[in-house]
Amino acid sequence: METHRDPVRPGETSPITIIVDGAPVRGLDGQTVAGVLMGAGRLAWRTTRNGRPRGVFCGIGVCHDCLVAVNGLPDVRACQRRAADGDSISTEEQA
Amino acid sequence: MTVETPDVLVVGAGPAGLAAADAARKVGARVALLDAAEDAGGQYWRHLPAQRPAAHERVLHHGWDRFTALRGQEMLTNAQVWLAERHDDRPPTLHVLVGPADGRDRVRRTFAPKALVLATGAYERTLPFPGWDLPGVFTAGAAQALAKSERIAVGRRVLVAGAGPFLLPVASSLVRTGAEVVGVLEANGWPRLGRGWSRRPAELLATRHKAGELAGYVRDLARHRIPYRAATAVVAAHGAERVSSVTVARLDPQWAPIPGTSRDVSVDAVCVSHGFVPRVELAVSAGCGLDAYGAVVTDHDGRTTVPGVYAAGEVTGIGGADLALAEGVVAGLAAAGATASDAQRRSRSENQRFAARLEAAHGIRPGWVGWLGDDTTVCRCEEVTAGDLRAGAAATGSRGLRSLKLSTRAGLGVCQGRVCGRTVEELLHRHTGGLLDPGRTEQRPLAAFVRLGELAAAEEQEHQ
Repeated sequence: METHRDPVRPGETSPITIIVDGAPVRGLDGQTVAGVLMGAGRLAWRTTRNGRPRGVFCGIGVCHDCLVAVNGLPDVRACQRRAADGDSISTEEQA
Repeated sequence: MTVETPDVLVVGAGPAGLAAADAARKVGARVALLDAAEDAGGQYWRHLPAQRPAAHERVLHHGWDRFTALRGQEMLTNAQVWLAERHDDRPPTLHVLVGPADGRDRVRRTFAPKALVLATGAYERTLPFPGWDLPGVFTAGAAQALAKSERIAVGRRVLVAGAGPFLLPVASSLVRTGAEVVGVLEANGWPRLGRGWSRRPAELLATRHKAGELAGYVRDLARHRIPYRAATAVVAAHGAERVSSVTVARLDPQWAPIPGTSRDVSVDAVCVSHGFVPRVELAVSAGCGLDAYGAVVTDHDGRTTVPGVYAAGEVTGIGGADLALAEGVVAGLAAAGATASDAQRRSRSENQRFAARLEAAHGIRPGWVGWLGDDTTVCRCEEVTAGDLRAGAAATGSRGLRSLKLSTRAGLGVCQGRVCGRTVEELLHRHTGGLLDPGRTEQRPLAAFVRLGELAAAEEQEHQ
């Protein structure tokens, strides 16, 4: 939510940019890869073998629905991996 | 390879693990405390990361002062235990990878503790329904995690549904994260809720902190005019690429949908939780006995059935953070060779009675299978449907869970049956007239997903 209206009053943090399937996506330092994607309005990024869209389901690293490739390494849980500025994320590489 | 030998190794830095490590340290034990996450707190005290500290974090939390008193302990974060190696005469040796989640260059560490405390918590059980694999359907815990550690609301117009008191803090967090919560749906009817919660009110007074927490959530519902409906469930989700509406129906006391009561509600997200599953991979690897609910069996000092192995918190049965803290203190002391006081033991048993109420008022009832169609996905990883399970059981005539999993692929995907395992077992139990080997879902040789390449590289480093 918008920081100035947030009752939790989050502190200042630096913006980061990650590259998702070749396109830059802006996020905040400290967010997970899933947090950056969802903050940018994306709800789904993986496709199952049967062509069904998937994104975050459990949010705590159990379900593995949110897998992405990070800097060429496949099968990384987007909800668990902290995004680093410049990370290259691919949603197309599947194991 | 260097093997570290602390007096007490605590796995999990949520309420139970933090309390256990703190109690053990206070009586002089050398303690190592591990957590797979980047920070202490577990799911209960999840919070914004250090890069973005919040001025009013407590707005989303209960017991925040207790957390701030416990969180300063030395601990090893980003530490994923992937294997518990069992021994006959001492607690297991734990193999750990330390580094970014699912990375490939993590540091390998090995612990052979004198005593082990498992405080690995629990995760949610979400029952399947048509459309539950659409984006926009979340577990209630996902909504809570994204609100607490990202300040992201899972939707603008959100319905919260399932069973149990956990639905209430999720609704509160959602409204404090900017979402409109259109309702909270509890599957159980008022008669059962009333029987579970109003019997022996003196017991509730003993856990008045918990009662006050619940009262706070109820005030939040009233203030934001969020309807709370009993005997009601989400029985289907609809949408093309994402959820656009859900079907809501009234349930009978066994959770079967009552014909003619369904209606559609327009939402862009739905958060569903029907209960919790103790996270027992390590306990099972260590050889600890489980009870009928799949929780680790412990005695009044938190001892499991394996000498030198203790357990505390949700992994021993679902009872909330107050019980986890009380169990953590008792188990931490026992693991360090000390003894808990009468008051510490009393706190543990009072909170255990609260846990019994939870199951009585909110436990899953069998009528939920009435939500399923033949084409409803049950195993999300392998995309096995309810019809596939029925056909698999009929075609093979097998009553073995292991063989039916192999023939249907249910529960064999990347989550290793953590999401669907109990559901698959229950459905196959019905289709086969009784499984010969129930409970096998919990048996996983590796406690976490690991890359073989990463292990091989670590071996090479050690031999150079």
